[in-house]
Amino acid sequence: MSAAAENAPGEAKVIPIESAPSWNEPDGPTLPDRLAGAVGGALSGQLGPAATKLFGKGWEGRATERLAFLRRRLTGDYEVDEFGFDRELTEEVLLSLLRPLAEKYFRIDVQGVENIPAEGGALIVANHSGTLPLDALMTQVVIHDHHPHRRHLRMLAADLVFVLPGVNELARKAGHTLACNEDAQALLERGEIVGVWPEGFKGIGKPFAERYKLQRFGRGGFVSSALRAKVPIVPCSIVGAEETYPMIGNVKTLARLLGLPYVPITPTFPWLGPLGVLPLPTKWTIRFGEPIATDGYPAEAADDPMLVFDLADEVRETIQRTLYELLVQRRSVFF
Amino acid sequence: MGCSTVGVVVLVTGVARHLGARFVAELRRRPGVDLVVGVDVQPPKRPAGEPAGPAGPLAPYRFHQLDLRRPAVARVIAEHRVDTVIHLSVSATGLGSTHRSAVKESNVIGTMQLLGACQKAPGVRRLVVKSTTGVYGSAPRDPAVFSERMQPKDQPGGGFAKDASEVEGYVRGFARRRPDVAVTVLRFANIVGPQADTPLSEYFALPVLPTVLGYDPRLQFVHEDDAVAVLCRAAAEPEPGTANTGTFNVAGEGVLLLSQCARRLGRPTLPLLLPAVSWIAGLARQTRLVDVSPEQLRLLTHGRVVDTTRLRETFGYRPAFSTPEAFADFAAAQGPGLLPPERLAAATDRLAGLLGPDRAAVTPAVTPAVPNRPRRPRS
Repeated sequence: MSAAAENAPGEAKVIPIESAPSWNEPDGPTLPDRLAGAVGGALSGQLGPAATKLFGKGWEGRATERLAFLRRRLTGDYEVDEFGFDRELTEEVLLSLLRPLAEKYFRIDVQGVENIPAEGGALIVANHSGTLPLDALMTQVVIHDHHPHRRHLRMLAADLVFVLPGVNELARKAGHTLACNEDAQALLERGEIVGVWPEGFKGIGKPFAERYKLQRFGRGGFVSSALRAKVPIVPCSIVGAEETYPMIGNVKTLARLLGLPYVPITPTFPWLGPLGVLPLPTKWTIRFGEPIATDGYPAEAADDPMLVFDLADEVRETIQRTLYELLVQRRSVFF
Repeated sequence: MGCSTVGVVVLVTGVARHLGARFVAELRRRPGVDLVVGVDVQPPKRPAGEPAGPAGPLAPYRFHQLDLRRPAVARVIAEHRVDTVIHLSVSATGLGSTHRSAVKESNVIGTMQLLGACQKAPGVRRLVVKSTTGVYGSAPRDPAVFSERMQPKDQPGGGFAKDASEVEGYVRGFARRRPDVAVTVLRFANIVGPQADTPLSEYFALPVLPTVLGYDPRLQFVHEDDAVAVLCRAAAEPEPGTANTGTFNVAGEGVLLLSQCARRLGRPTLPLLLPAVSWIAGLARQTRLVDVSPEQLRLLTHGRVVDTTRLRETFGYRPAFSTPEAFADFAAAQGPGLLPPERLAAATDRLAGLLGPDRAAVTPAVTPAVPNRPRRPRS
């Protein structure tokens, strides 16, 4: 019996020996084992050179990396932070999915990324527009891709995001959290870059006729958070997002029925059905302005409403002025 | 009563449960404890307070079988001249009856009776109450990380979390009336361990885990060893430079998503729409198959994370197990799932081995000899 086993080496013999004794589950070669054997056989035969030709040199290395990634994902061997931020998933999957949109579709011109500190907390305050929060997602992509330290933007999102199934899961994994003082404070104190769009739904859901006119900046809560954490405020101006979904109407009744802040009508939506969800391929510019320091103020400054409103106005004015500047320089909406 | 080493008599409620029994065993081994008195509605399943560890001087132990809902506990406190009360019998599930109203009565009325008895006992110097992070609720519109001072937007509407917040309310009232008593409220995250019998372990024992489609909650765990250690610290005089009175969140560092938990356990998940999950949970509850309460369902939908800075910096305790480590200890004691992580890892490793630099040397006949293949831990 043992001689027979020695004399007949072959996968049919060897694989069951590998897998049978240690598992208390069905015996015999399992699907993954068989798959591995088949792939291995094919690659060492004819397919190896063909694959090199097809995928280019070094494809084995890349494939090994992908497999290592797959292994970590399948076995749950990765970390998320307290806010649910899944760094690996964001870097490997989510940003990769958004990157073509930023680079190829909107061809974003990024200016002043050096105004974002290399380390430590900072609060990025930007204008909001375009019906869907594409501008926020694009800002996250460009900060990660253009900043020399590849920093991640932690966004403060509206509570609607965390009520919607699916959306909330992705938002948390991408590092976003609820726009409230506690979360903003906690993230800034941990030295993260936090992004806030203080206009909220008033900004993103404004009619096309009011494009590039900044709405009210909430209650200035973001200024208090920055003052408490003593982090700089970086004003950020985004041009191009307004024209992605020009909102020419709003079905208010339906919005109320669905519990949404607005249901937009654009030149393409809902007329073209699913095609109407495609944003217009506008040319974008994102400019990060000079940081506004907040560490010179006393500790109680965060509770001084006058100072908070003054600073909020200063940030708002800076963004509005930069927007006009960028609009004057812009050659066309699409190029 | 300044020094902890003179005449400490500790009353522990809820000793019939696993955590209570372990705590009593640990407490008896502590120097300076003169007597441990345990009370519960049932005698413990295994002889409580018989520590399995190294033999040493053990404090004597008395057990009184009594129902906290009746005033009998006052007599026990007076009889033994109790000075430290550890209230552990605030629990999600009942011991005798699992009926919700009986559990609620035992939690809330039991606490009121106990506090009433403590108030009349001038000897009581210290009160420790086990609560839950459930008092923060689980809601999408709440901050991501709760600290002790935060109030949830939606108060827990019912169930164990509501019991716990009512209990905490009575404890705050007691602390106002008896300012001479050092009061500690410990809000524990889900306690796990190789043997801990928390309601979530019933859920994780299912072969396929139903989850809510579109939600991946953040969960936190605390290891039972840490839970016992925290209780012991709270029961004694504070060490210099720390304070053990007040309210503290107790959880292991770090966070696990439910999907991560399922993968680490090797259990496949079955995402279902929220109404379907609620319906199934209701059905399972009625048929007594698995007890998944509505508040647990909310936890498994929206998750909950608490800040443990106060535990580490004020209370002076750093949990030995992080959340992933505590969960790993729990998972190791569970039966193998349908998708064991070791097997998935082995499969991807095998594929990776085939693609490795020495691929040319690898032929199907010697596939098992793939280099860098780790030994499987379970063999």
